[in-house]
Amino acid sequence: MSSYIPNTDTDRAKMLETLGINSVEELFEIVPAQKRYPQLDLPDPLSEMEVKRLLQALAEKNSDLNHHPCFLGAGSYHHFVPSVVDHIASRGEFYTAYTPYQPEVSQGTLTSIYEFQSMVCALTGMDAANASMYDGATAMAEAGLMAARVTHRYKLLVASSIHSTYRRVLRTYTQGIGMEIQEIGRAEDGVVDTSQAEQLLDDGTAALLVQHPNFLGGLEDLALLSELAHSVGALLVVCADPISLGLLKAPGDLGADIVVGEGQCLGSPPSYGGPYVGLFACRQKYLRQIPGRLVGMATDAEGRRGFVLTLQPREQHIRREKATSNICTNEALVALAAGTYLAVMGRQGLRQVAELCYHKAHYAAEAIAALPGYERLGGRFFKEFVIRTPVPASEVNDQLWGHGIIGGYELAKDYPDLAQCLLFCVTEMNTRQDIDRLVEALTEIGEER
Amino acid sequence: MTEPLLFELSSPGRTGCRLPDLDVPESVLPEDLLRDELPLPELSEREIVQHFSRLSQLNFGVDTGFYPLGSCTMKYNPKMHEDVARYAGFIQIHPWQNELTVQGALQLMYELQEYLAEITGLPAVSLQPVAGAHGELTGMLIIRAYHQSRGDEGRVTVLVPDSAHGTNPASAAMCGYKVVTVPSDARGNIDVEELDRLMDESVAGLMLTNPNTLGLFEEHILQIEEIVHGAGGLIYCDGANMNALLGVARPGELGTDVLHLNLHKTFSTPHGGGGPGGGGTAVTEELSAFLPVPVVARRGPDEAAASGAEYYLDYDRSLSIGPVGGFYGNFGVMVKAYAYLRSLGERGLREVSENAVLNANYLLTQIKGYYDLPYERSCLHECVFSGKAQAKLGVHTLDIAKRLIDLGFHPPTVYFPLIVDEALMIEPTETESLETLDAFVAAMRQIAGEAETEPDTVRGAPQTTPVGRLDEVAAARKPDLRWQVARNVTE
Repeated sequence: MSSYIPNTDTDRAKMLETLGINSVEELFEIVPAQKRYPQLDLPDPLSEMEVKRLLQALAEKNSDLNHHPCFLGAGSYHHFVPSVVDHIASRGEFYTAYTPYQPEVSQGTLTSIYEFQSMVCALTGMDAANASMYDGATAMAEAGLMAARVTHRYKLLVASSIHSTYRRVLRTYTQGIGMEIQEIGRAEDGVVDTSQAEQLLDDGTAALLVQHPNFLGGLEDLALLSELAHSVGALLVVCADPISLGLLKAPGDLGADIVVGEGQCLGSPPSYGGPYVGLFACRQKYLRQIPGRLVGMATDAEGRRGFVLTLQPREQHIRREKATSNICTNEALVALAAGTYLAVMGRQGLRQVAELCYHKAHYAAEAIAALPGYERLGGRFFKEFVIRTPVPASEVNDQLWGHGIIGGYELAKDYPDLAQCLLFCVTEMNTRQDIDRLVEALTEIGEER
Repeated sequence: MTEPLLFELSSPGRTGCRLPDLDVPESVLPEDLLRDELPLPELSEREIVQHFSRLSQLNFGVDTGFYPLGSCTMKYNPKMHEDVARYAGFIQIHPWQNELTVQGALQLMYELQEYLAEITGLPAVSLQPVAGAHGELTGMLIIRAYHQSRGDEGRVTVLVPDSAHGTNPASAAMCGYKVVTVPSDARGNIDVEELDRLMDESVAGLMLTNPNTLGLFEEHILQIEEIVHGAGGLIYCDGANMNALLGVARPGELGTDVLHLNLHKTFSTPHGGGGPGGGGTAVTEELSAFLPVPVVARRGPDEAAASGAEYYLDYDRSLSIGPVGGFYGNFGVMVKAYAYLRSLGERGLREVSENAVLNANYLLTQIKGYYDLPYERSCLHECVFSGKAQAKLGVHTLDIAKRLIDLGFHPPTVYFPLIVDEALMIEPTETESLETLDAFVAAMRQIAGEAETEPDTVRGAPQTTPVGRLDEVAAARKPDLRWQVARNVTE
């Protein structure tokens, strides 16, 4: 018997006797006999020691960021995670609990979610944030759906400067209910073409969706975009990088109605794409249409403060097919990590992280752009920037890997007009030495041309 | 005792982390775009650890005690899972890295897909969905895409049994389907006659949970298959209850076309207080073309030698519903599920289900007679009682749940499934000892007695928790969803 099952043969015999049956198999006689007990072709069971060895070997087949400077971003970011964060998320009382349906024995989870919601509101400048979505991509898709519920309109205008996977997920999410999606092109400097946005926005538009900083790293003019959207009664949905919000104005202060984002950069490692956490926040007036769980403050009969899941009639377990979303399990533990991270960084620390990213990225961009054959495209940026390379981008990356460096994101697959372009990301994790190594390697690659 | 909030503990000038000094020249900041204030709390590391440690102590988890939350499979979560999932080679890899540099991760995902296919009898698996409901959405979009690919545009309805999880109708609705409810029969099965009547060429499919949320195996499963498939529909199976059938039956051999698994339930990757989960979705060969991109694939030896990468991300699926998430799913969760499957093997899996079902039936037998049992049958992994006899005495299921807390147990799922009045849905899982089950039985019996002799004790519960029952109605009427400094000043 596996070490996770306490029942001994004696225990089982005693239980069977209580049930008045001779074998456990009798309990499964309800399963059609010809389909019962299939042979499963699975590897033989291993001991804990063997499983660990096996997984260690698999892990070591991967080249990790502890051993290689990495300049990849594009939706997943390598930021510093203080030890505190994982120690808190590793506490069994947190990670072995279920969704906090019984508030009296879930105040730990509920309080931490309330704090998370509060800090997401502080960052985004919104009035209400939910307990989390699956990731940034699905948060944006749900924002599109929510905008339709709020406005009763079924067209979404989506900036092509948004992460290409996010745009595709939006299409996946809306394919069943039949929303119209139009994409807006980019202006010269890589940000939303505002005159095209103005043209396409009409009284059938539910929302204008933009990313800031956008996928190409550029900083959008949110104030102008919100003015344009609001002038036709559409909402402005902003997908923001929460690290950038340590430095940049809150989208809520610039007119955004819904702010979403990928929260992985707040205390979670890249983890080959997950688990991540979607941030979702909106203005008070749209609260009843928000998807997902919300935690609110409450009091008990003795006046003691506590926290509960609230406004649940929006949710699937009550409203069933009329719910605002089907989401149930979200990313609570990753949200706890994000909340812990924000507490650890605090008012000063998050600003400092953002500044480190900003200055290092600009140092790198300037140095690379100065190399013969390399050119930086786009206008103002935060921590990511586009470089046109003298040789095909994939070749540059292959050669960088030869230097032990994980290069940038190859943009050609998303933007045909950016063939031979790399999107580089620089964070506080990249030392000056790393950056100089990158520049040196790029110099060599350029010279070999 | 309640714990102050981070904001109440904050003191200007404190910080919880020292970052390195800037090692490059400063650039000019975009002054016009900078924020004036960042209203985050300010605490030292010591205070933060104390705060969250105290918060954790206000929580009840599987590590703390018995957690018989029906439909949620709150089994013990092996500590090894936490260790292996944190290996640097797993967490410090970037999803856009060249495939050649992440072969270990891709191999793990590929093999996990294969194992799940073997367990479910459905040959093609996507690990991209990160939760049960996410898998449902994925699966129903696949069903929709399948019908569309055949030019079968008239199928606008999805049938959902009245015992289904709330996510089922919500997921179907997100795919644009009209939801029609199928009633249950007197034995807790889907009413087959009614199903037959409802099933026609306007129906895309049936969303089925088997064993269902009453913990009962569908007695007419093969007939259900005939009816649905016979009318051109597909069967979606909500795999939330797979803990009952591991190595016992394969849903793919029972007519299922699409199924999601909850890695955080059945494969013990834990729940995390509400996620992260894993909602891997398995489909028949015929539906594999519609899976979300990318799917992890393996090259034959010659091709692998040529490209250097044996495992790769396959985006080349023209019929795909598209991606359902930003990357490839919750990889960290997959590592844990993989470790679990390698620990158990075929024999171990069957032991899981056998013991889970034995434990559930033991509870059923021992609690029966004290609480009303709406369906007089042996169950699979969970059993559902009704508190309606106690309700007549003025003690409701909610009171029973709260009283269990005072007696040291997490309550079962309550008021679900909706078709049972005052429902108490109890799922013990295989990882609880007979001593624990007996202690729980004793508590349930004690409460049944108290309902008759001292109902106020039950109605007044819980007494042992840091807060009593909270006023949820008031909380919803005037929602307070975030800390606001201004309010603090005015109060």
